[in-house]
Amino acid sequence: MATANPIDYLPIIIQFIVAIGFVIFGMIGSHLLGPKKHSKVKDDSFECGIEAQGNARLPFNVKYFLTAILFVLFDVEVIFMYPWAVNFRDNLGNGTWFWEMILFVVFLMLGFLYIIKKGALDWD
Amino acid sequence: MLLTIYDFTRLTTAIHTWLTSKMGDTLVMLSEMVMVGLCTLTFFVVLCLILVYMERKVSAFMQIRMGPNRVGPWGTVQAIADTVKLLLKEGLTPDGADKLLFNFAPILVVAICFAAMAPIAFGKGLAIWDINIGVLYISAISSVGVIGILMAGWSSNNKYSLLGAMRSGAQIVSYELSIGMAVLSIVVLSGSLKLSDIIMAQESGWWIFRGHIPAIIAFIIFIIASTAEINRAPFDMAEAESELTAGFHAEYSGMKFAMFFLAEYVNMFIVCAIGATLFFGGWMPFHIGGLVAFNNVMDFIPSPIWFFGKTFGLIFLIMWFRWTFPRLRIDQLLTLEWKFLLPISMINLLLVTLIAIMGWYF
Repeated sequence: MATANPIDYLPIIIQFIVAIGFVIFGMIGSHLLGPKKHSKVKDDSFECGIEAQGNARLPFNVKYFLTAILFVLFDVEVIFMYPWAVNFRDNLGNGTWFWEMILFVVFLMLGFLYIIKKGALDWD
Repeated sequence: MLLTIYDFTRLTTAIHTWLTSKMGDTLVMLSEMVMVGLCTLTFFVVLCLILVYMERKVSAFMQIRMGPNRVGPWGTVQAIADTVKLLLKEGLTPDGADKLLFNFAPILVVAICFAAMAPIAFGKGLAIWDINIGVLYISAISSVGVIGILMAGWSSNNKYSLLGAMRSGAQIVSYELSIGMAVLSIVVLSGSLKLSDIIMAQESGWWIFRGHIPAIIAFIIFIIASTAEINRAPFDMAEAESELTAGFHAEYSGMKFAMFFLAEYVNMFIVCAIGATLFFGGWMPFHIGGLVAFNNVMDFIPSPIWFFGKTFGLIFLIMWFRWTFPRLRIDQLLTLEWKFLLPISMINLLLVTLIAIMGWYF
């Protein structure tokens, strides 16, 4: 497939529709079949069997955020490798695109070492 | 050379020509898609029932007990009985929850599973959607799944759910990196992102045998990272029952819970199918380069049997992990990924490239 048509992606839309239909069917079926009894205690959120204390949506440990940011950085680098992995043989007649990737990975590793030295990945 | 018996393209072409002789082009396409959708749905449900039964029997086998043995012969109908029970339960939405997101999360998680299943080749010529970016597509789609988990955890308004979802988010995005690198090392060897090309590249032997040590290292990284990716033990921090009750789905009940449960098992199938396709040749029979007679004998075993045999072998391996390794702490989990697996997989990718360039693989 040299050129991709928007119509080629139609099967995925159909898959999504089937999946969403299946889940909604299941949930509505369960809603119709199951019992519907409500009470104050039952509708409360679970917390070790005691009364829920305050709101659950509290400020959260920043380490999780840091991990997510680092993921975004590194994942972009990995995405760069996808076209390279398919095309590294198709060079312009002068060797392969191997040393360029070595250079790329070395730069990446320098950044990685900096992150480790900074202690961004230590959970204390 | 590959024998052409058991080729599913013949079956699909026959259906296609028969439909074309009856109706117009648009209608043919639509009816084919509906057929494929229904087949996927049936497959999805049957697969879940089989995997739930298998999980319980394997656990029982590992712990020297009987497992389900009351409902049906050898407990085979147990999973169906469980589904009926869950269908008859009340799907409760807590008062404090964000109603829309709370009900949308299971839909999203299952829809992602369905979509990720599309490029997988179940047999020779038996793929729903053999797209030229197959591997990239799967890694892109499966990373959307984490949004469903975060959505479920945050909208429940439960501290355990939020903790579980946050852990799961950090874990899934971290292991995404090394799973990507492990997959890329096979893409480097095959030179294509299309799953059927990757399978055809293994005609004279599977990559795990032909790719020397780096391919084996890539496989080990892949199986560790994919276990983490699907939140299975020993990486099941998201639903560590001894500390978080049930993690991100603590507030879910009835069919909504069943959807998360289904998605977990189908995700397990998907990663194992990808592993089987990349490292063990998918539906490709066991071939040894040069031994034509031996290869022809192997071709007589139908391709779906090879595919499902390999996939269920890997699924068994992942179930085995659950009863072998103790659960990791969240900091150990992230240390394992960022300080060990990521550098190793990066260097391993370069090694694989060197092998591919020098032609050192068999």
